[in-house]
Amino acid sequence: MATNTTAHADEHAHDHDHRPSPYDPRRWLFSTNHKDIGTMYLIFAIIAGLVGGILSGLIRWELAQPGIQIFWGMAEAGNLGTDKMFSVAMADGSHKAIFGNEHSYNVMVTMHGLIMIFFMVMPAMIGGFGNWFVPLMIGAPDMAFPRMNNISFWLLPFSFALATISMLVPGGSMGAGFGGGWTLYAPLSTSQQLHGGPSMDLLILSLHIAGVSSVLGAINFIVTIFNMRAPGMTLHRMPLFVWSILVTVWLLLLSLPVLAGAITMLLTDRNFGTNFFNAAGGGDPVMYQHLFWFFGHPEVYILILPGFGIVSQIVSTFSKKPVFGYLGMAYAMVSIGVIGFIVWAHHMYTVGMGLELEAYFVAATMIIAVPTGIKIFSWIATMWGGSIDLKVPMLWAIGFIFLFTLGGVTGVVLANSGIDTVLHDTYYVVAHFHYVLSMGAVFAIFAGFYYWLPKMSGLKYSGFLGGLHFWIFFVGVNIIFFPQHFLGLQGMPRRYADYPEGFAYWNYVSSVGYAITAVGALVFFYMLLDMFVIRRRKLSAAENASPWGEGATTLEWTLSSPPPFHQFNELPVVVEEKHH
Amino acid sequence: MKRGWIGSALAQALVYTFVAGGIAAAQTVTGPVDGAIGLQPAATEIAQDIANFHTLLLWIITAVTLFVLALLIYVMVRFNKSANPTPKKFTHNLTVEVVWTVVPVLILVGISLFSFPLLFKQEQIPEAGLTIKATGNAWRWDYSYPDQGVDITSLPLNEADAKAQNRPFRMAVDEPMYVPAGVNVRMLVTSNDVIHAFSVPSFGIKEDAVPGRINETWFNVPKEGIYYGFCQELCGMLHGFMPIEVRVVSPAEFDRWIQSKGGQLASAATVIEAPTTPAAAPPAEPAAAPAPTAPATPG
Repeated sequence: MATNTTAHADEHAHDHDHRPSPYDPRRWLFSTNHKDIGTMYLIFAIIAGLVGGILSGLIRWELAQPGIQIFWGMAEAGNLGTDKMFSVAMADGSHKAIFGNEHSYNVMVTMHGLIMIFFMVMPAMIGGFGNWFVPLMIGAPDMAFPRMNNISFWLLPFSFALATISMLVPGGSMGAGFGGGWTLYAPLSTSQQLHGGPSMDLLILSLHIAGVSSVLGAINFIVTIFNMRAPGMTLHRMPLFVWSILVTVWLLLLSLPVLAGAITMLLTDRNFGTNFFNAAGGGDPVMYQHLFWFFGHPEVYILILPGFGIVSQIVSTFSKKPVFGYLGMAYAMVSIGVIGFIVWAHHMYTVGMGLELEAYFVAATMIIAVPTGIKIFSWIATMWGGSIDLKVPMLWAIGFIFLFTLGGVTGVVLANSGIDTVLHDTYYVVAHFHYVLSMGAVFAIFAGFYYWLPKMSGLKYSGFLGGLHFWIFFVGVNIIFFPQHFLGLQGMPRRYADYPEGFAYWNYVSSVGYAITAVGALVFFYMLLDMFVIRRRKLSAAENASPWGEGATTLEWTLSSPPPFHQFNELPVVVEEKHH
Repeated sequence: MKRGWIGSALAQALVYTFVAGGIAAAQTVTGPVDGAIGLQPAATEIAQDIANFHTLLLWIITAVTLFVLALLIYVMVRFNKSANPTPKKFTHNLTVEVVWTVVPVLILVGISLFSFPLLFKQEQIPEAGLTIKATGNAWRWDYSYPDQGVDITSLPLNEADAKAQNRPFRMAVDEPMYVPAGVNVRMLVTSNDVIHAFSVPSFGIKEDAVPGRINETWFNVPKEGIYYGFCQELCGMLHGFMPIEVRVVSPAEFDRWIQSKGGQLASAATVIEAPTTPAAAPPAEPAAAPAPTAPATPG
């Protein structure tokens, strides 16, 4: 630690704010600068989000009305047509030719999930905002292990490339790609007959690499936060965003190895004749689900916790008021993280696990509503008595609070195993987790993006375009996902490429919602174009440190915008008032 | 727009009927209704319990959501910078912090008072009058009646046949699963290949079909009719094309069906003669016009 800072100090002595040209590829390829790496993470997340968003567009296009719209003819052309009886086809085994490919639809669903989780939300929140603002907020010159930070990032494009290639190579008898859902359940994922091709192996390797990237990043954040806080920046004075990242990276560190183990067993089951999950060989497919969800449930908190932190910063800033109940907020996140490890089997209520186990998981799951409620009410209490400025980031943050609440309460419904026998694996679940992720996590990402974009770039964006983006998104995503509650209550299963007429109406509404949301995304990209290319308005000198006024009290707002290439050559000293 | 959602909600409350093509009798049919916004009509006591519990939860979560929304709107208006230019600086209030911790706990305890009895009721399988084993395959359901010695394979109708018979495409099958009304049916669910899930929403059941395991669930449908369900666990390409059609018929007709499938009636009759009375089941009406139908025989 001491040597680390000394090394930096030497470097800066003769090289104050030496910022290499952005056109020099070495600046990015060899970067050890947390802000450059953070920027790369954010750009990567935007690209992955675009890919994942296009996949979801294909999903909604397919589901716009009953009947197969687009997912045939992607393979085995020439044998299509509903007049071919599929009863006969299935009986004689020639089904794959008949069906063009509903499998391709499943591939889209699978990859939409994986890309949005591993290559959009996580890189944006942890890699992007975490890298950028954890060191700034704790008064550190950089991350603890800058070179490790570099490889954390650069593993991701290769992981993403493997995932993308997996969509194109043979998946097995059903066609290209892996179509077993993001959960990769065995034995569908280990079946030689259905997924015998290299696609699933590529996906396993992709997740291994993404996992290594995340674990390295997690170690980096833990060491940074524990060791590199500025004098006076005690743990209980850290901004809540730093707390949220600290809890998140602990979850990553403890849960990802379990995923790595599980998918390694998939790999050996597929290729080396083991039978971990093969019932015929003495294995147990349900064990895979336990392993997966032991990772998977903390993973969903990994996706949302940094959002909690971002929203806390924004709500405080734009209410011009310190966070209400700071310690309660911090330890609510810690307890959500801890409880998140003991509720995993609520994803598996229908596997036949037995009454006592189900009853336990019902009780444990419902407990999570308590710290979550504390967070919601504390945000509102932070605004209470404040002087609220409804600027663009605050719009997204308030949108987050409301939509996350809506998604949270349906989680309480689903927590009850008794009701889950009807709702499990229906669109009710899809609506639930998109309310907490697509509207929770993504709204938090946009909130953070609009909050910190002037800081990261030194430029102003159009508040009008940002607000327009918010309102179109808010309307659009609600039209997509609210009707999916109705579909789920009526029993519509997830991951159906086609559905009976009885589900037609709300599916159509949902697809219209996607079109609206897509317009919102276009506004977002135009906002970026307007900001960085067309107008390029610099922050005025008065606003240069902070465009958000007195409410923005964390350390990043004491620096220039964009911050110097290397900041805090002299460590800031944090005094009592500074914390919140 | 011909399908207003309120109208649909009302329509959904009624079990709709239509005349099955080629079969000269009205059948009550329970499946998804276009535009509906709630649960499918409950066909079993368990499903009715689930529906009641869901209604309770819906009131609670709606109230919570509207409360949060109301608070958000209030603070946005009352503490807007134009209405309140000088922010206060308080950061603690022990009373409200205790309240918003304790009140949710009480609500959750209240929910669990209803949740656990429902769960226990679902999981405790009563003495069964009939046992059926459903086996998932990629991509079809096989049903066997071990005590009757009947094994059938159930395949979805193709679009032309479904149209010709005026039955719902993607839900109707060539060989439905027959069960007698008012009998406790024990479902054994397993799989031959990948994981599937056997579910009939209006029965309130869903059980994963896991290779190497036999899962168990049960239902008792007092009212005759056709009930549709789905495979509810992603099982590959044709996951969406292995529907479940359950025909609940009178015990006499069930016997005829067993015989038509070459089953052993004797064993069936002995079990079915002592059906547990359908305990005050929700849509308890006298069995609707028992239609002496031949099992549908599509091509």
